[in-house]
Amino acid sequence: MSQSLSDATPSSASPPTIIELFIAFSIISLSGFGGVLYWSRRMLVEQRKWMTAAEFNDAYALCQILPGPTIVNLSVVFGRSIRGLPGAAVALAGLIGPGLVIVIFLAFLYSIFGTIDALQRMLTGVAAAAAGLIISMTGKMAEPLFEDNNWLVYGVVLAVFVATGLLRWPVWWVLLVLIPLSIVIAWRAQR
Amino acid sequence: MKPDGGILLTLAGYFALMSLFAIGGANGAIPGMHRLVVETKEWMTDRQFADMFALAQVTPGPNVIIVTLVGYHVAGIAGALVTTLAMCGPACAFALFVGRLWDRFRSARWRVAIQAGLVPISIGLTAASALIVARAASTSWVSVVLTLVAAAVSFRLTINPLWIFAVAALLGLVGLA
Repeated sequence: MSQSLSDATPSSASPPTIIELFIAFSIISLSGFGGVLYWSRRMLVEQRKWMTAAEFNDAYALCQILPGPTIVNLSVVFGRSIRGLPGAAVALAGLIGPGLVIVIFLAFLYSIFGTIDALQRMLTGVAAAAAGLIISMTGKMAEPLFEDNNWLVYGVVLAVFVATGLLRWPVWWVLLVLIPLSIVIAWRAQR
Repeated sequence: MKPDGGILLTLAGYFALMSLFAIGGANGAIPGMHRLVVETKEWMTDRQFADMFALAQVTPGPNVIIVTLVGYHVAGIAGALVTTLAMCGPACAFALFVGRLWDRFRSARWRVAIQAGLVPISIGLTAASALIVARAASTSWVSVVLTLVAAAVSFRLTINPLWIFAVAALLGLVGLA
């Protein structure tokens, strides 16, 4: 359990119940188009006040570097800190469940209508735009790196990009080499 | 498609492994997933992969939902459930375990180094995802321009991505993308 979440002064009068947890994460999931980070902060910090902004930042920073989808990690870490393992389970179910049902329905429609010309043309446009959004996200993620101006760090970014993006090497082998290397670089940069 | 147990096991194994290498969010899993489903197993074309990425983006919910679409395409509803669970399960177990340790070593030097060291990895993976998705989505020079304009607009302006998708769908519909 995350100590900073459980031991901190409660941000709201009473901790949420299992059902409240499920509902909150369902709403987060259903409001979030193109990612749910914004909505999770809004729900947990601003509307329900279950976490302070600082607690959220802390939990988010951890969940971002944990393997797997960030918001999925956040739901289980938060759910567990509030209501133990059942809390983690319902938070996750609330987050994944509704989207899962909708997307299976979409996939079903796609398997029937995916070849229709008009739909195909619309998807072509959306796919191109979606690719643009992930380029922009890369830019936003990279911005803070330029403050440190460490060439070795740029090298790691470039190596991961070239190996997995251009050369299409297996991601696990690339990361098994580059993650330790990157941590050593970060370690040495600390002094 | 009627899935047999073999393909479900294959999906479970690969996606569970992939989830542990998805550094920096669901997009970090794109390079590995594309390599598996388009290049190695040839379960779908590049074009279909781009479609699924697009569908996942316009569906409410976490972006990780693309694995559900891929699973459905490969092995129907059973496949969708298997890939989704495999993608979330190991990562969740890891999060529960590490979440506990992490705060205990809040200011430990090794913790700070791990945290800082994973940042460039996640950026590199996201950049690779961007390249792979952009390449798969490029059907003409107009669609490449659309990608670049969408990138610039969302980088510069705070705008709900749905508007960008709506305009892009319209452009596509009239045959401009």
